Amino acid sequence: MKTDTQVGKTPSSKGRADRGPAPGAPGRLLFLAAILLPPRFTPARVRYDRRYRTLDKYRFIVGFLAVPLAFYALFVVSPFLQAIYYSFTDWSGGPVANFVGFDNYQKMWNDDRFWDSLQVSALLLVIAPVITLVLGMFFAYMITSGGRHRRGQAIAGVAGSSFYKVVYFFPQVLSVAIIAVVWGRVFNTNSGLINGGLDKVGVTGPAWLGGDSTLGVISLLTVISWSFIGFYVVLFSAAMGAIPSDIYEAALLDGAGRTRTFFSVTLPLIWDTVRTGWIYMGIQALDTFAICLVMVPPHVLKVTPVFLYERFRDGQYGYATSIGVVLLVLSMAFSLIVMRAGNRDRIEY
Amino acid sequence: MTTTTAAAPRPEATEKPRGQLKESGGTLNVFSHAFLVLWVVLAAGPLIWVALTAFRPSAEILSDPMGWPSSFHWENFGNAWNKASIGRYTVNSLIILAGSLTGTMLLGSMAAYVIARFTFPGNRLVFMLFAGGMMFPVILALVPLFAVMENFGLLDTRPGLMIAYIAYSLPFTTFFLTSFFRTLPTGVQEAAMVDGASHTRTFFQIMLPMAKPGLVSIGIFNFLGQWNQYLLPLLLNNEEEQNYVLPQGLASLAVSQGYRGDWGALFAGLTIAMLPVLVVYAVFQRQVQAGLTAGALK
Repeated sequence: MKTDTQVGKTPSSKGRADRGPAPGAPGRLLFLAAILLPPRFTPARVRYDRRYRTLDKYRFIVGFLAVPLAFYALFVVSPFLQAIYYSFTDWSGGPVANFVGFDNYQKMWNDDRFWDSLQVSALLLVIAPVITLVLGMFFAYMITSGGRHRRGQAIAGVAGSSFYKVVYFFPQVLSVAIIAVVWGRVFNTNSGLINGGLDKVGVTGPAWLGGDSTLGVISLLTVISWSFIGFYVVLFSAAMGAIPSDIYEAALLDGAGRTRTFFSVTLPLIWDTVRTGWIYMGIQALDTFAICLVMVPPHVLKVTPVFLYERFRDGQYGYATSIGVVLLVLSMAFSLIVMRAGNRDRIEY
Repeated sequence: MTTTTAAAPRPEATEKPRGQLKESGGTLNVFSHAFLVLWVVLAAGPLIWVALTAFRPSAEILSDPMGWPSSFHWENFGNAWNKASIGRYTVNSLIILAGSLTGTMLLGSMAAYVIARFTFPGNRLVFMLFAGGMMFPVILALVPLFAVMENFGLLDTRPGLMIAYIAYSLPFTTFFLTSFFRTLPTGVQEAAMVDGASHTRTFFQIMLPMAKPGLVSIGIFNFLGQWNQYLLPLLLNNEEEQNYVLPQGLASLAVSQGYRGDWGALFAGLTIAMLPVLVVYAVFQRQVQAGLTAGALK
């Protein structure tokens, strides 16, 4: 690049440039050379030709897109497409993969372990977004409008709102693996934070991750909600902050209380964000993998992605990919349902 | 931030007579602070507990999990760093990240610039291809990705892991930066071209510096995402324990310390792993919050 400019500034090339585009079209051979040569070695006759400029543009486009597209196609797009193909085969990792139709899906249908895992994942998919979004909205509303009114203010944020948001957001910047290890210790039966605290008040805490699957699901829901609530507080308080305060003033003059204001003003105005957040959280809950794998002992319960991972470790590659396809279909169905169910008239403000 | 601007008193509002509103919401203020403080305790509590427990000897942790450190037991940190290989895992993570983050930013901005600023047949298709990649769960690609990496001889190698990080970061990076490049004025780019700069030079010396705010946001987003990545290393870097990255190392440490009984080292290791990220976050909190929530608003 550096040299490129230096050449452009040398008197000789200036002189050539002054002559402008050469009359008459340069030959094909020159164009061919121009594709291969960097611009600074390209004769001015060719460089200032309009056709060369088009050529140069496309060469640049191809050059800049080639590597990112190649990486993306090879390591992202192709595995996704292969996954769909392999879900119809008996592939076990070797070079041979026989087409077996819907055998894997049939096997899944009759596999109790799959249904057990799906039950857990479905509970997470339904409950986690409700807990996370409701609490996220509650805290966001408290932050944006729970403050003491000064004179003439229709709505006031609490003092220290950015401090709250910073702390709430902590779990979002940590690795899921670390969160899982931390909470594994917190839930530990004998030396955990929760049971240690219960001990102090004379209660013997249960074995959270010891075998009872209900307690296991509660533990998973706790960790998932804990790690995502801060995210939604930040998201929702940004959306709430964008609502003009004269709307709140109007609501206040009409005599609306806090609760009424929230349900009649705030919620409808941030509804698009809520719906997007709902879909996003549902997909996150369905994709729960590391937290379950690292934190929950395998005999307690499994989520479907962990069940998939175990089939992969067993060498049942075809079966594992078909589970992945089912997860994809489920998350798409979930998104569509929430999109449809949550469809309201958009309010412009 | 945004909330305070919305809550700022509007000049004409103060003129209006509304005596009954004066200083209202006092009880609500106490109530809301109580809930907000409660969640501060719940959100930060487990992390503070880990950091405090990291200073206690293992025997004490088992007998009284809620106790304060009786004396500062610094050797936990030494044990974590050396014996439990946290130091090695940290170095591994740094090496991987140096390659993958550079690659992601470079390739992502190159692709985004071309998509945002040039018209060519297939432009829309390429954009949709990248945008579509954000919708698929990585778990679906898990098994075939393993096979692809094996075929290329990239399994359990550092370049392989870097390439995987780059490939899976590209969709959102390209999507985000494409919209960012579209917002930049076209005049500067044209002026550079008229002055005789090549496309490449225009990109590196004119457009990239102009795109700095966008690059910083997405850079922080990718830094956190790749530093915290667990699924990809578990799949592609699982063979040699000495090559583990930090989250992987801690997850395996949690299992192995169960046998060795050195819980102090585990807590110290967790503290070592969490602290730098939380410090980086505290410094760049505004950009981090904006960057990470932008992902949901795509």
